[in-house]
Amino acid sequence: MRHMRVKRIEEKIFKTLMMVATLAIVVSLFMIIVAVVKRGLPAMSWDMVSKIPGGGFYIGKEGGLLNAIIGSLYIVIGSITLGLCFSLPIVLYINLYLPEKSRLAQFTRLSFDVLFGIPSIVYGAFGFTIMVYLGLRSSLLAGILTVTMLIIPILIRSIDEVVRRVPKEMKDAALSLGATRSETIRVILRQVVPGIITAVLLSVGRGIGDAASVLFTAGYTDSIPTSLSQPVATLPLAIFFQLSSPIAEVQDRAYAAALILTFIVLILSLAGRYYSRKYSKNKI
Amino acid sequence: MDKIRYNKYRQFKEFAIRHIMLFLTLLSLTFAVVIGISLYYKSIPILDQQSIWELLSGRSWKPLKGEFGFFPFIMGTLWVTGIAIVISLPLCLLSAIYLSEYAHPYIKKIVFPMIDVLAGIPPVVYGVWGILVVVPFISADLAPHFVEFSTGYSVLAGGIVLAIMIIPLMISVFIEIFDALPGGLREASLSLGATQWQTIKKVVVRKSFSGIAAAVVLAISRAFGETIAVLMVCGNVSEVPRSVFDPAYPLPALLANNYGEMMSIPMYDAALMLSALLLFVIILAFNAISRLVLIRIERNFAL
Repeated sequence: MRHMRVKRIEEKIFKTLMMVATLAIVVSLFMIIVAVVKRGLPAMSWDMVSKIPGGGFYIGKEGGLLNAIIGSLYIVIGSITLGLCFSLPIVLYINLYLPEKSRLAQFTRLSFDVLFGIPSIVYGAFGFTIMVYLGLRSSLLAGILTVTMLIIPILIRSIDEVVRRVPKEMKDAALSLGATRSETIRVILRQVVPGIITAVLLSVGRGIGDAASVLFTAGYTDSIPTSLSQPVATLPLAIFFQLSSPIAEVQDRAYAAALILTFIVLILSLAGRYYSRKYSKNKI
Repeated sequence: MDKIRYNKYRQFKEFAIRHIMLFLTLLSLTFAVVIGISLYYKSIPILDQQSIWELLSGRSWKPLKGEFGFFPFIMGTLWVTGIAIVISLPLCLLSAIYLSEYAHPYIKKIVFPMIDVLAGIPPVVYGVWGILVVVPFISADLAPHFVEFSTGYSVLAGGIVLAIMIIPLMISVFIEIFDALPGGLREASLSLGATQWQTIKKVVVRKSFSGIAAAVVLAISRAFGETIAVLMVCGNVSEVPRSVFDPAYPLPALLANNYGEMMSIPMYDAALMLSALLLFVIILAFNAISRLVLIRIERNFAL
């Protein structure tokens, strides 16, 4: 009897510990958001999102962060477009053309799982060596290429997950009606559009928030670039550089930028959830 | 006649698309190799001059004198990563067990999206949080109890920030592993009279031990390469830290901080590219091993 009671108490203790651990994780999320909002909100103003830095911006005078916001959007739009051009064909090839247990398909999946784990600073360094090799300077183009390398594994992994779940019968039906394999792509694609949107939102979130990859390759500038060969500012770097300033007003802008970035990422993550929920209703 | 031509066109299209896709797939597989080779190629000059062991065990980092010792940076990385794992592993294990074995679906519905959001927060925002909350807390409240003085920009701050950053990855892999375990195993144990906690301890955790290890290795490799957030809170002093309140200078931070001036000092760029190569090789190996273990688990339990 006593043995049983000890067991019960042990279970109770551990169950409480587990709940505390889960609660701690949830609370830490709120702590992060509250800290960023509390510090960023007083520094926010309409100028921040509508103006590029003025003459005395870095000693605390007028101007805003529009250069970084637009720059981040340019980079993300460019790299998503480029990333889809690579990842869609690869995913469709390993799912439609290769047999189910194909070695090549498994190896491709494994290699993108592994590439997914490579830190962005390594992609940045690699991008930098390529830039030096080609004689390019830090520019919008180099930034787009590096972020593309970073997000291709994310795109492939998450699109692959939804394409794999398309019933085999659908492909068979299309083939038996006389469609070539490449024509079945249209049938499959229509099924996985919400999945692709989720994957895109996920990669936009990752691409827009990553600093280490653009640090080497995209440079920084106070103006909005008008061509691919000009350097470009990004939100994460705006935060990073302005935080290291000794002037309080400039630091405030870093906090405002952090608030903008957090806000963008939260919206993306909610939208991504909405679409994936729409796609699979019974998934928790 | 037209129909034949149309079908010819379809066949050609099929042929072209198939081969373009195959080409892209094969090309993508060479990508990791290309990264490795080009980083190696860039670090040859310094590897010619000093042996890899000399570089890895050297304690002095004076680029102007041509001394490149990576030891303080490697130790910095290990310290920060170690602390992050020590903090996050128990939290994640407990919470993952709770979420997959005990929690009501309603609770999962609330907690899972939050973990997703936590995963989506950019590193630089974690860094901002570190500067706003963790660093002042350490320097004002925690450190005075243990050491005379600490700025707060320390190994511990880096470890705490990193710990929160790797939680989403670790917890989601843990939950995946626990869910992959066949329900029959649990039922067998419960029907023999074991309590739920005994079942978890002796069946669930024991059976998924290799998966848990793989998840930890995955989390370690993520922590290894994390750059900006750690760089912002760790102090960046190139000495081997002696306590958790000392500043550290992890490898990725070294790379990120010095890329600007590296072209002007001889050998500097080779040394930095070597540190990128080190990160790449270590993380590639860690990832490959843990992914292979996880794939095997999925396959074994799928029956």
